[in-house]
Amino acid sequence: MPLYLNDEQTMLRDTAKDFVADAAPVSHLRALRDANDPAGFSRDLWKQFAEMGFTGILIPEGDGGLGLGHVEAGVVLEEIGRNLSPSPFLTTAVAAVEALKGTAHAAQHFPGILTGETVAALAIDDGPKHRATVAMQAERAGNGFRLTGRKQFVTHGHVADLLIVAARTAGAAEEDDGITLFAVPRDAAKLDVTPERLADSSIAARMEFDGVEVDADAVIGEVDGGAANLKRLLAAGRTGAAAEMIGVGSGAMDMTVGYLKERKQFGVTIGSFQALQHRAAHLYSELEVARAATLKAQQLLDAGDERAVSAVSVAKAMTGLATTLAVQEGIQMHGGIGMTDEYDIGFYMKRARVLAEMFGDTNFHADALAKTAGY
Amino acid sequence: MTDLETFRSETRAWLEENCPPSMREPVRSEKDACWGGRDQSMLTPDQKLWMNRMAERGWTVPDWPKEYGGGGLSPAETKILREEMARIRARNPLNSFGISMLGPALLKYGTHEQKLEHLTKIARGEIRWCQGYSEPNAGSDLAGLQTSAEDKGDHFLVNGQKVWTSYADKADWIFCLVRTDKTTKQGGISFVLFDMASEGVSTKPILLISGYSPFCETFFDNVKVPKENLIGELNKGWDVAKYLLGHEREMISGMGLAGPGGNPLIEGAIATIGLDDQGRLADPLLRAELAMFEVRAKAFGAMSEKFIDELKAGQAHPAQPSMMKYYGTELNKARYELIMASGGSDALEWESDASSKGAKPRAWLRTKANSIEGGTSEVQLNIIAKRILDLPSA
Repeated sequence: MPLYLNDEQTMLRDTAKDFVADAAPVSHLRALRDANDPAGFSRDLWKQFAEMGFTGILIPEGDGGLGLGHVEAGVVLEEIGRNLSPSPFLTTAVAAVEALKGTAHAAQHFPGILTGETVAALAIDDGPKHRATVAMQAERAGNGFRLTGRKQFVTHGHVADLLIVAARTAGAAEEDDGITLFAVPRDAAKLDVTPERLADSSIAARMEFDGVEVDADAVIGEVDGGAANLKRLLAAGRTGAAAEMIGVGSGAMDMTVGYLKERKQFGVTIGSFQALQHRAAHLYSELEVARAATLKAQQLLDAGDERAVSAVSVAKAMTGLATTLAVQEGIQMHGGIGMTDEYDIGFYMKRARVLAEMFGDTNFHADALAKTAGY
Repeated sequence: MTDLETFRSETRAWLEENCPPSMREPVRSEKDACWGGRDQSMLTPDQKLWMNRMAERGWTVPDWPKEYGGGGLSPAETKILREEMARIRARNPLNSFGISMLGPALLKYGTHEQKLEHLTKIARGEIRWCQGYSEPNAGSDLAGLQTSAEDKGDHFLVNGQKVWTSYADKADWIFCLVRTDKTTKQGGISFVLFDMASEGVSTKPILLISGYSPFCETFFDNVKVPKENLIGELNKGWDVAKYLLGHEREMISGMGLAGPGGNPLIEGAIATIGLDDQGRLADPLLRAELAMFEVRAKAFGAMSEKFIDELKAGQAHPAQPSMMKYYGTELNKARYELIMASGGSDALEWESDASSKGAKPRAWLRTKANSIEGGTSEVQLNIIAKRILDLPSA
């Protein structure tokens, strides 16, 4: 398979580009932020995503979806990133769908995701840094389980209709065996949900599970065998976050290059200065390399290739590097105006930082690659 | 079995039978690679055998037309051949500026006679070529070159000096940019070929920081060049040169990629420094540097694959080779800094067995030229800024 978008994927990209730029440009985020919107995203917009068919991209045809792959999901995510559109697309239509695929929960939750009724949130991080470990305890209690522990960085967790929670039914924190995924309702008793606004104006929840009781049928997949689902969720989430970051980085770069062509100092456009040209050209190179790495990861995931695991880490780490550079150069090259709230470039900086942290940052994934390579 | 599967299994069997074991070892230095040429005594018996066997099938240039000595393979077949060679770590049978640079330019701009004459000899490794581009005052400003070619009816009379002519002292022929009109800059350049044994050609090696002298100063004193050796139109050599430079950049752009098989950089670091009780490299900061480098190197591997796929499909931006050249060469320099850091004092030994006669330190020093030759990194960044990002000229 050649490493570029095929005709159908290009058509989808054009559709997504127009739709997202029209329905949710950066001004949409600004309006939500200025209104201190308690949800942090628009349910109406989520429904429109569903009407476009986007929410069913990764849902199998047999379940009513489009049965497409990570390349196609990434095409939509890149446009979400470019426009900084607040949306539960990554957590719900990408990561959660991958976790639920092929389980009894698919029939229950996919219809809502397809119509844009359901928003899912991922309670997978036990602390402020994403780790490959799961510490939260799930003890057997009667017919079901009792969950105790805390989670954070649960994006949209305060309004989600479905929480996917990673907990430990056996084994030690760093082991794969003994992990179980649960589908938990947000309004469960003894679950304390505290929304916190993040730097990019999105909202993520802190969660205290103080002996939350769930039935046996809350288990997603197999008891003690949740690692496989969790890994699918993470691979999809990481690849998707990389694609969204490519959008954020490209959006920031386009804005900056546009500014270099307009802004005059010393009587000439600043884009004619070689110092700035070289930095812009270097940035372009880093972003192109990150884009290629992301497409490679998407294609390998879609092919079910075992090399996908390391390709996903390369993509997440590389987009973290390139997009961080893009937003930093963006502000610097805009000069003082780049520091103002009125100008949009700062929004890109904030979103990039959140996405870089989500599902493991550059260091986490570089470390994972090193471990796999035996050093 | 599909045709391609058959091709793969036949190719695998043929390589297995015909690639000598010594040609499945990594190339230790530029000197260790096979460059062909009129003086075949410079080749080892195995180098000669491997080159000739591959040339017989047209596989030194697998995707060139058969009538010019190529294999006539499709892109898919060429890819399979490369994969099968990589699988057994087979060496390139022939390193050649004729293949990577002159060949593509001749295929595009040469006449049928010129192609028959030169391409077939390139494919068989009979003629070793060098490139006469840079001059003492025309490096990055290549179009400022002054070497003149005066029209003398049936021939040109060439006078001037070139510099950084790679292997000019070992090459049989040169492809050369000369000035045929002094009144315009880029519009007065022509592209000619001539025999380095011609009267009036002399070369002088330049000793480099690596202790090697792969580059030469090259002098032309009333060299007679037959008119039929002009490639393309008179005064239109700049087009040929630019086309060729694009190919040179494409070739150089592969530099940031690790070779086939394991990862010598990581293996070297583990061998020298060792692992701690957690199984991690016992130097945590070097480990972090290596890991971060590997992120970029692996991502660039994907970029390289994407670039080649887009080239084949005619989708690549014409200035994209500049990005590949810039990124690949900078990455290669970084790789060799890490190879030296991983090797410790062993890697500093200039002549010892521990450093394979100084292969590491010499290769490290050699890489510093990567971002200068074939257009400096700064020139590539200028090209990206202007032609891809469309930023204004000063």
